[in-house]
Amino acid sequence: MKGAQILVESLKREGVKTVFGIPGGANLPTFDALHQSTIQVVLTVHEQGAAHMADGYARATGKVGVCLATSGPGATNLVTGIATAFMDSIPMVALTGQVRTSVIGNDAFQEADTIGITRPVTKHSYLVKDVNDMARIVKEAFYIASTGRPGPVLIDLPVDSTVNEADFVYPDRVDIRGYTIQGSPPLDAKAIERVAEVIARSAKPILYVGAGVIHAGATAELIELARKANIPVTTSLLGLGSFPETDPLSLGMLGMHGFEYTNLAVAQCDLLIGVGARFDDRVTGKPDEFARNAKKVHIDVDPSSINKTVRVDYPVVGDVKAVLRELNKAITQPCDSAEWLRTIAQMRRKMPLTYREKERLLPQYVIQQISEATKGHAIIATGVGQHQMWAAQYYQFNMPRSLITSGGLGTMGFGLPAAIGAQFGRPSEVVWDIDGDGSFQMTSVELATAAQHRLPLKIAIMNNNYHGMVRQWQDMFYEGRHAASRLNPVDFVKLAEANHCLGIRVERKEEVRAAIDRAMRVTDRPTVLEFLVERAENCWPMIKPGKSHDQMAGTYGSPETDGGVPQRRQADADEESKLSLG
Amino acid sequence: MAEKHTLSCVVENHFGVLARVSGLISARGFNIDSLTVSTTEDPTVSRMTIVVDADAMKLEQVKAQLGRLIDVIEVQELKEGVYIDRELLLARIQTNGAQQSAIEEIARRFGAKLAHSTDRGVVLEATGDTKTLDQLVEQLRPHGITKLVRTGRIALEKT
Repeated sequence: MKGAQILVESLKREGVKTVFGIPGGANLPTFDALHQSTIQVVLTVHEQGAAHMADGYARATGKVGVCLATSGPGATNLVTGIATAFMDSIPMVALTGQVRTSVIGNDAFQEADTIGITRPVTKHSYLVKDVNDMARIVKEAFYIASTGRPGPVLIDLPVDSTVNEADFVYPDRVDIRGYTIQGSPPLDAKAIERVAEVIARSAKPILYVGAGVIHAGATAELIELARKANIPVTTSLLGLGSFPETDPLSLGMLGMHGFEYTNLAVAQCDLLIGVGARFDDRVTGKPDEFARNAKKVHIDVDPSSINKTVRVDYPVVGDVKAVLRELNKAITQPCDSAEWLRTIAQMRRKMPLTYREKERLLPQYVIQQISEATKGHAIIATGVGQHQMWAAQYYQFNMPRSLITSGGLGTMGFGLPAAIGAQFGRPSEVVWDIDGDGSFQMTSVELATAAQHRLPLKIAIMNNNYHGMVRQWQDMFYEGRHAASRLNPVDFVKLAEANHCLGIRVERKEEVRAAIDRAMRVTDRPTVLEFLVERAENCWPMIKPGKSHDQMAGTYGSPETDGGVPQRRQADADEESKLSLG
Repeated sequence: MAEKHTLSCVVENHFGVLARVSGLISARGFNIDSLTVSTTEDPTVSRMTIVVDADAMKLEQVKAQLGRLIDVIEVQELKEGVYIDRELLLARIQTNGAQQSAIEEIARRFGAKLAHSTDRGVVLEATGDTKTLDQLVEQLRPHGITKLVRTGRIALEKT
């Protein structure tokens, strides 16, 4: 069997149904073999789109996303997408073409040192020098990508590895001696016992949850822990959806653009339990000041995440799901947090997330409307910038894998291709891309891909003619000099129509809901909703660089005194009684 | 406080492993004094000895990050007193006849050999632990070292 066929057979054994990519000289054998198989090949416009689609597919489904590119420029175009997946620990396999092994290193046509270029942004990588290694390498790549702390694995395929012949024997198990513990870390029963004890002693605990809970599929265990021990839950940006925001114990997002009451609670807690989160600088601000009065627990599958930025008192390395399950067994009664929950509930009532009405349409309002129209049950992809933070604040996430956003690398242009990948992975779900005009334009060519497959995506562009977050920082820290942050106006309705999508422009508040509802009824093609929003709107509240969590800027007084419009939070009916308010 | 630590790593013996380890060290901004890599009793693995300059928290990070590499099979920190460490040094020294005997005397005290000798200069070969070789270099310096090379530390547990 030819190497390319072995590759395709191996992909099928790994359950791959859809791959994203672009053919070229060095990977024609692979595309030819895919063409003759049952695997769906989605041709993208640009390789960056292919990588983000594989990423969005993986985030939406939990399965390994697969992207392909040819050698040289095809491979280098994937790099941003691979780095995005690496920073957010997304399981992905990237298959790149490579020149023949006999000419590697000769500066051959379309040759690049792909392994070298991607080394710092992959979990692991392989160069297939011998077709006899093909099946084993594919098996190992999928295993490494999806186990432990997930991440992208790259397989570089010289032409000869795909055209030479070998017997096809798919290994039924992997044996990677440098990966045994990482792949399935043993449980540390003593460490878990200590955490249960410290939880029992805490009066002001907080769970700080990241995407690790989602990767591990541990939402049920997390909910059980929070309810059993009576601990409120805040999440990082990537952790949104791991804990339902309708739950009375939900505190939403913490960090730089987190909620004011949430950050205040973090500053005051006496025990911070980090679960599958990595204490990113957008969460912690100054690491020494972060939750400075609290003892810190850190549960994570990756030992290198422990003590990387913030010193923790009780580290637990292990699979988050398994650790939480054991922890739930060890906890026998709720902690004495009733007073603490009352304090938090009062802070939430006193200082909800708000914005002030302005003359022009505001993006916060638009996102709230999308949240209400979809009842918090859509999959939301975003670009990066102000709109991303507003989506995190004003969309209410209730399900794991419902927010698809580039957190670590902060890759603008992620939204549309990631939404496309998510829609391929979960065809029956409603998928929105909430985007900004700056972010959207970086990969808007992929509208053609979405239209070709008649995906019923809804793309909401918050058009303010600016790189809005850059403009905000220039106003705050560079005396309002808007260096290269103003964008030339683009007619996004025409752009949509040119790509066989439906285009709708919305300028007035009264039109917003009708436009959203109209988009929700379209099932045979993508809809682009261009919202012409206030240009000077800033993303508040905010922890400015170097400040701590109890010194947020841009906060308003209460809605009563300040006339702000509060975030309309849907909560379980009995929230008030659960928190002993009233 | 930053201190020197000796890490002994067993790694897969295939192409690209050194690039992965050195790339990781530079990308993460770790300070290393030396890194040696060589074959071992098992032809499928190599041993890397890395001398790191780091405080306790940074050292934990270096070990954990090295452990994340799939090609790194084992990372072990060698604690003071439990291991033997050696370096090889070659030094070329210009001499006139009068200096030669002084250098021979230094060499004798350090158990070093004259690997090469002409009337214009000698090449000295010495092995020893890092501290001993540092002392040797200090004593040779007044005689005019024109070129010096050291292998970096290799280390092995005593038992």
